[in-house]
Amino acid sequence: MNGPQDLGGMDGFGPVEPEPNEPVFHDDWEKRAFALTLAMGMPGGWNIDQSRFARENRSPAEYWSMSYYQIWFAALERMLKERALVTDDEVVAGHSLHKPKPVPRVLSPGDVLKVLHRGGPTERPTNTKPAFKPGNAVRAKNINPPTHTRLPRYVRGHVGTVDRVIGFHVFPDSNATGAGENPQWLYTVRFEGRELWGPDGDPTSQVSVDAWESYLTPAD
Amino acid sequence: MNGAADMGGMDGFGPVVQERNEPVFHAGWEGVSFALNMVTGVARLWNLDAFRFKRESIPPPEYVNLSYYGLWTRTLELMMLEYGVATPAEIEAGRAIAPFKKAPRAVTAAECADMVRCGSPYNRPAPSPALFKVGDKVRAKNMHPKAHTRLPRYVRGHVGEVVRIVGCHVFPDSNASNLGEDPHWLYTVRFDGRELWGEQSDPTVRVCIEAWEPYLEPV
Amino acid sequence: MQLRTRALQTILTEKGYIEQAAIDELIETYEKKIGPRNGAQVVAKAWTDPKFRKWLFEDGTAAIGSLGFGGRSGNHLVALENTPHVHNMVVCTLCSCYPWAVLGLPPLWYKSAPYRSRTVADPRGVLRDFGVALPKDTEIRVWDSTAELRYMVVPMRPAGTDGWTEDKLVELVTRDSMIGTGFAKSPKDLR
Repeated sequence: MNGPQDLGGMDGFGPVEPEPNEPVFHDDWEKRAFALTLAMGMPGGWNIDQSRFARENRSPAEYWSMSYYQIWFAALERMLKERALVTDDEVVAGHSLHKPKPVPRVLSPGDVLKVLHRGGPTERPTNTKPAFKPGNAVRAKNINPPTHTRLPRYVRGHVGTVDRVIGFHVFPDSNATGAGENPQWLYTVRFEGRELWGPDGDPTSQVSVDAWESYLTPAD
Repeated sequence: MNGAADMGGMDGFGPVVQERNEPVFHAGWEGVSFALNMVTGVARLWNLDAFRFKRESIPPPEYVNLSYYGLWTRTLELMMLEYGVATPAEIEAGRAIAPFKKAPRAVTAAECADMVRCGSPYNRPAPSPALFKVGDKVRAKNMHPKAHTRLPRYVRGHVGEVVRIVGCHVFPDSNASNLGEDPHWLYTVRFDGRELWGEQSDPTVRVCIEAWEPYLEPV
Repeated sequence: MQLRTRALQTILTEKGYIEQAAIDELIETYEKKIGPRNGAQVVAKAWTDPKFRKWLFEDGTAAIGSLGFGGRSGNHLVALENTPHVHNMVVCTLCSCYPWAVLGLPPLWYKSAPYRSRTVADPRGVLRDFGVALPKDTEIRVWDSTAELRYMVVPMRPAGTDGWTEDKLVELVTRDSMIGTGFAKSPKDLR
């Protein structure tokens, strides 16, 4: 979706403001929001692409007013409710009111380090060959899906150069809708600053994105 | 600038919500906000393009969370501060604080009635002939000015057709930054929906915008 | 916002920039005097007078001027013709430009993010929010008012109105039909 998360190239947000000695978490609730989100991944049965869509799929009025972990928490709450793991009345009451829905697994403390170490690898095996190779000129398609995509608006329609063939990876646009992993070849594509931002753009800047094969067409 | 105001094609705002029997102004202050902005225009304190630029510059979180007339009031505050019509202390206090310079004269009700009746035409004598004619294919430039522009992001880089030559008009990109009216030829350009939104989009949609000549290049 | 607005009003009045009567005049004008009824009269005349109709589409500013409408947000007016094959919609994605001279001030939905963001990309979806469905091969033309041109839509004349006077036809022309988010009422809607 062309949602509030697709911020590349937007003006008006002001200067970057690094916080000296910034703590990992600013508040106790942030720690819990973070940990709850990770711990519920397995029992919740959602994938990371679905959780990203749950974050971005909201009004800009909300998204741009919420802090980082407020967005995480809002997405967590939505995903829990969507899967009937938690209900509205339970959220209001602040404790469990209904019988818990059975889930295949929960995360035990002893497993935490192992699970974090394993991560969530997205590469999948394939016998297919990549359509593009390093050095190819490619054009990012002008797609505007209403659901999750990882092709930012600011590159759509622009021509770049394939720098690297990354591998064969889970395709987020599909995975986020529950339509399956449908992995594709993934590339790093580099764009000149002026291609993206016009003749007044910085001639020394370049921007690379990682783009799945279906985001790209050969450039003429 | 690519500010929050440039909303064409953004997702997430939800359905259009209509209000039955909506009043023109929801509260007295909204009418006042509206009128103050008309009056300051008649007073020629600043031009309309500069006012729009100021409004667009409001940080996105604030812009999307202010009500419509809240935006007008906020912009008016910022303009009064920038143009020296009020000091921060005066805005805070809600009144003029002496010593201050009095306005040369006050805008009257009669002048406002005149403005409503006559409007303010934006056409100017043309400095040179129009570059494009009806039927020409043109491309909207991929420009990203930091200051005010009326070329929305969703058309930039796309090819359309000139369907009307509007005339020679004040150029907002220049006027908004008080760099002069710098009039340019203004055209209506029509784009095919699929050109703008991709091959999968609705084939029955066409989108027209008005674009000044500096926004366009020949194809 | 109420307090902040009053603050600015006080400052500008105390410094002698504005007269209170000017503020009152403007509010009165747009609350009571200028509204969609102006546009409805333009449409009713276009439905009954072929010469006026032709003039309206060729030179909207002059045509509405002949009825006494114009001025603010009406100096450069273009009328758009709805036909069985083409449906027009008007939006201002960048702010809220609207043909005040014929429609008065815009409703809140026109000025709000959902309409501004979605109309250029998904006009049929927006029409669904209004309960309007068009045949799937009707061409939809969306006009984004990025400059000083102000647009009004001339909806199609409803069936069953042969011989109606302009005064009676005016009652069928809704504000939404002149923006493009609705159709004119039919005679049975009036009964």
